Amino acid sequence: MSGLSSSYRAPRYTPQRGAVGRLMARESPLRRMDWVLVLAAIALSAIGSLLVWSATRSRYEINHGDPQYFLYRHLINLLIGIGLCTAVVLLGHHRLRTAAPFLYGLAVLGVLSVLSPLGSTVNGAHSWIVLGGGFSVQPSEFCKIAIILGMATLLSARVDAGERPVPDGRSIVQALALAAVPIGVILMMPDLGSTMVMVVIILGVLMASGAPRRWLFGLIAVGGAGAYAVVQLHLLKQYQIARFAAFADPSLDPAGVGYNTAQARIAIGSGGLLGKGLFHGTQTTGQFVPEQQTDFVFTVAGEELGFVGAGLIILLLGVILWRACKIAREAGDLYSTIVAAGVVAWFGFQGFENIGMTLGIMPVAGIPLPFVSYGGSSMFAIWVGIGLLQSVKMQRAIAA
Amino acid sequence: MTNITPSAGVQQTGRTSRVTGRLLILQVLVLSLLATLGGRLWYLQIRTGEQYQQQASQNHIRTVMVPAVRGEIVDANGQPLADNATQLVVSVSRTSLLQQKDGGKAVLDRLAQVLGLPAQEVHDKVRLCDAKTPQPCWNGSPYQPIPVTDKATTQQAMQILERREDFPGVTADPTAVRQYPAPNGANAAQVLGYLSPVTQDEINAATGSDGKSTFAASDQIGRAGLESVYDSRLRGTPGTTDLEVDNLGRVIGTAGGRPATPGDIVVTSLDSRIQGIAEQQLQQAMVTLRGTYDTVTQQNFKADSGAVVVMDVHTGRVIAMASAPTFNPNIWTGGISAKDYAALTDVSSDFPLLNRAIQGQSAPGSTFKVVSTSGALNAGYSYDDTFPCTSSMTIGGRVFKNFEGENFGAINLSKALEVSCDTVFYNIAYAQWLKDGGTKPTHPNDWLYKAAHQFGLGQKTGIDLPSEVPGRVPDRAWHQSYYDAMKDTWCKEAASGRNDYATAVAKEDCADFATLRAGDEVNYAIGQGDTLVTPIQMARIYSAIANGGTLYQPQVAKAVVTPSGQLVSDLAPIVQGKLPDTQRTLQYIDQATANVITSGTAAWKFQGWPQDKIALHAKTGTAEVVGKQTTSWFDTYTKDYAIVMTISQGGTGSGGSGPAVRNIYNALYGIQPDNSIDPKKALLPTPQTTLPRFNANGSPVQQAAFTVGLPGDAPLPPAGEGTPAAAFALAPERRASA
Repeated sequence: MSGLSSSYRAPRYTPQRGAVGRLMARESPLRRMDWVLVLAAIALSAIGSLLVWSATRSRYEINHGDPQYFLYRHLINLLIGIGLCTAVVLLGHHRLRTAAPFLYGLAVLGVLSVLSPLGSTVNGAHSWIVLGGGFSVQPSEFCKIAIILGMATLLSARVDAGERPVPDGRSIVQALALAAVPIGVILMMPDLGSTMVMVVIILGVLMASGAPRRWLFGLIAVGGAGAYAVVQLHLLKQYQIARFAAFADPSLDPAGVGYNTAQARIAIGSGGLLGKGLFHGTQTTGQFVPEQQTDFVFTVAGEELGFVGAGLIILLLGVILWRACKIAREAGDLYSTIVAAGVVAWFGFQGFENIGMTLGIMPVAGIPLPFVSYGGSSMFAIWVGIGLLQSVKMQRAIAA
Repeated sequence: MTNITPSAGVQQTGRTSRVTGRLLILQVLVLSLLATLGGRLWYLQIRTGEQYQQQASQNHIRTVMVPAVRGEIVDANGQPLADNATQLVVSVSRTSLLQQKDGGKAVLDRLAQVLGLPAQEVHDKVRLCDAKTPQPCWNGSPYQPIPVTDKATTQQAMQILERREDFPGVTADPTAVRQYPAPNGANAAQVLGYLSPVTQDEINAATGSDGKSTFAASDQIGRAGLESVYDSRLRGTPGTTDLEVDNLGRVIGTAGGRPATPGDIVVTSLDSRIQGIAEQQLQQAMVTLRGTYDTVTQQNFKADSGAVVVMDVHTGRVIAMASAPTFNPNIWTGGISAKDYAALTDVSSDFPLLNRAIQGQSAPGSTFKVVSTSGALNAGYSYDDTFPCTSSMTIGGRVFKNFEGENFGAINLSKALEVSCDTVFYNIAYAQWLKDGGTKPTHPNDWLYKAAHQFGLGQKTGIDLPSEVPGRVPDRAWHQSYYDAMKDTWCKEAASGRNDYATAVAKEDCADFATLRAGDEVNYAIGQGDTLVTPIQMARIYSAIANGGTLYQPQVAKAVVTPSGQLVSDLAPIVQGKLPDTQRTLQYIDQATANVITSGTAAWKFQGWPQDKIALHAKTGTAEVVGKQTTSWFDTYTKDYAIVMTISQGGTGSGGSGPAVRNIYNALYGIQPDNSIDPKKALLPTPQTTLPRFNANGSPVQQAAFTVGLPGDAPLPPAGEGTPAAAFALAPERRASA
């Protein structure tokens, strides 16, 4: 199909059109956008706004007495996110390739500054920079984009130049080294959740780059051995292991993570088919689930909107990932393919891990649910990801 | 869909086939992860959703008990004898305390300061009870506000409520607490009883098969008197409030519940006015006695305890019942202090908790002679048979003296009652003893003992008050059983060889206590020896004589009504039996007991009594107690009322109790100091037969008129009470015989 469409690339006849006509023209950026992807993302964000609102209406300790405090901020974050998305589309992901070293440097500086006295600790993870006025940034969110762009640039350079069919060992090592620096910093925060997402992004990027299988399996083997060593060498305290395993057996950490998972499961389970109705969840109103507007936002959907509502979220996430995979497959060059696949790995794993931990099938890690959870940094980064996907989609034929 | 040619190394799209394959794997991986989530979601919400719904409701609903307001105990006119006062109860919510950084320590310290209590006491009161925690501690639900004090002043409450931010979780609410207002001075402490917290054993005992107890741990329960007997009626049904709580136990709303049903009102036959007078007169009599010199023991009377019962003879209902020494029942409200408790229960106390009207037993002395007279007449003696009333009589080598050595010559039974001649009854008892076979009885008739049982002695009267004692009729069966129990002790003492009175008695009892000896029956006939009776038993006997021979079960409560005045149960008079006497015999006794007032043993205390208008009957008793001063008994009746008063270590019947009893009658009938009768000042010239009427809010409409209930009068609705027609039909006859 892409081959066919390319032959119609340059129209021989360009009729005079008005402003609206230009926008609606076949070659117009608006026509070339993936509207299914955009609409799914917006729908998911809209549902997220309601859930964040419901989760924070009665949390007077944190909403400053204003039930809509978090709703307004969530909507503002969403608007900024869409703005960033538009900017990325207008700029185009190819131009960002030129800026990749700069963006990467900025991201590494960002995560490093968290370790400096500028950083703050929230929920045990020292991963925030408080800007004042109620604003704070989580640089690790932007680091994900930097890693995707940086690795894609390094891995695709020689392939896209036609020098090699697959990335060579040197570029792979360079790319891994590039990713290792911020991951190492983030691991020290310690922000286990972001680390896990980044490792999966690396795997996804390497996979999509066509890197030899030995690199992939080698990486997985090294990671597995490392985790095994950490446990065997007692580098983790018993309670840390218990906390990690508490998703499966809440009694391992009844006051901490075990409580979270148990309450989250009660909230979701009690929702039934149709839920208790928005704002009518007893677990939500009673604030039984901690961090409900951020990491555990899915429990609001489970309790108040039931299987239908929570299932819709998974479905919309599926639509976004399906479109993203399609964009990756149809990308014009390896760089674009890797960027799109990186975003797929990112969204896919982050969504699975987040929902999975609320459902008690994944260990609890402090990462937000894309589009739905409250949180500016996450929202901005996610929409930049959407921007990258749209850019890949729209620039595919141009580059070809 | 794809234009990738597998053979081509580099495609137009800049990708190898390997990349395309990898992307497909990625897509399958990602979408199957999402499918896993969907499956898991289905499992949690649809497959096992019900289980989580239950957990969710357990999670956020806390059921808190709403105590029911305890029903009042009112007198015959609807005056509350026990009701509920509104006190400012300061309570602390534990859940709020635990949200404080220091676990609420600072809040409790501030609270203690405002209330003027030791900080430690406040801290102790709000801790939760467990096996290791000593009292005070909180026994109830941790979600229930814990009362710290129920005696807060309005000012203290204002301080707390105005400084909300200093006292998070502290409330000051008006709450109903039990109080005993003592209308008209009617304290009636032993009759009413008191409340105290329920024990764990009682909670367990009241636990049904559903594992739920009818008691909550914070409940109070009636411990004595009417509060105990009618506890289940007064208690009501507690309601519940289902509170919605959040993760910290903070209440965020109410999810329904069930309102409490207040307890029913127990209407008693007590008349607070008469009760007040009876208590005051008993107290006055005892005070007077303590200032009176006893020529026998060469010291003032000790008058250590006493009781008085005023009974409606037609129904057996108690109009007044006083016991001395007494106590203020309000000291139990809000938890009794250790000091007060010791004063009520210590061995060194005079046991004011005892209701001596039903729990005090002593020898009846000569008041028993109406029983002996009845027994003698039923044994075959005639009304006119005469017996020598000598100053003493020797039986089996032992000398039995007449009281104060009097000698009245040959007199009949009527006269013997009137002047309380002991030797007449010695004669009869000795003759009966011989007739029954003496020391070798063969089929004894035991007329005198039979009479005591027929008069309801030696058994509980069944009054609706707890812990009544049965007294004792020392008949042959009792002699045998008591001997079996005591034989070893007595014979051991007899063998000690000491040469004193106790050893002599022990020797005698060891030898032949098992058989009824002549001395036993002789002593018994005048209400001495091993005979024991309670005032309520004697009041019932004299009521039966007054009403024509019907023994009623004494009753204090006469109805249970709802708080809005609807009759729940009508506690009708209960006939327990008939006296063994013919109407002729009763008239004979009536005459004799009337003569006691006009010319007999009580005449000196009843000079000027308007006997022609209000025929009063009496029997005095002066019971001897080994090692103590005599017990004063004064048993009286008119056609409507029986009044029995007894004072331990109080001297003679008429001397110790006569004036007090006369004053009670004066109040009942409105008899003035000049012995004229002022009907307007009569508090209760005839017994009340109606229930008080109540407003919808439970307050009595008015004091019920006390002139109703004469035969032929239509009682005021809602007359729940069935005054026995028979008793009234007898009234004219009684009047004639008086």
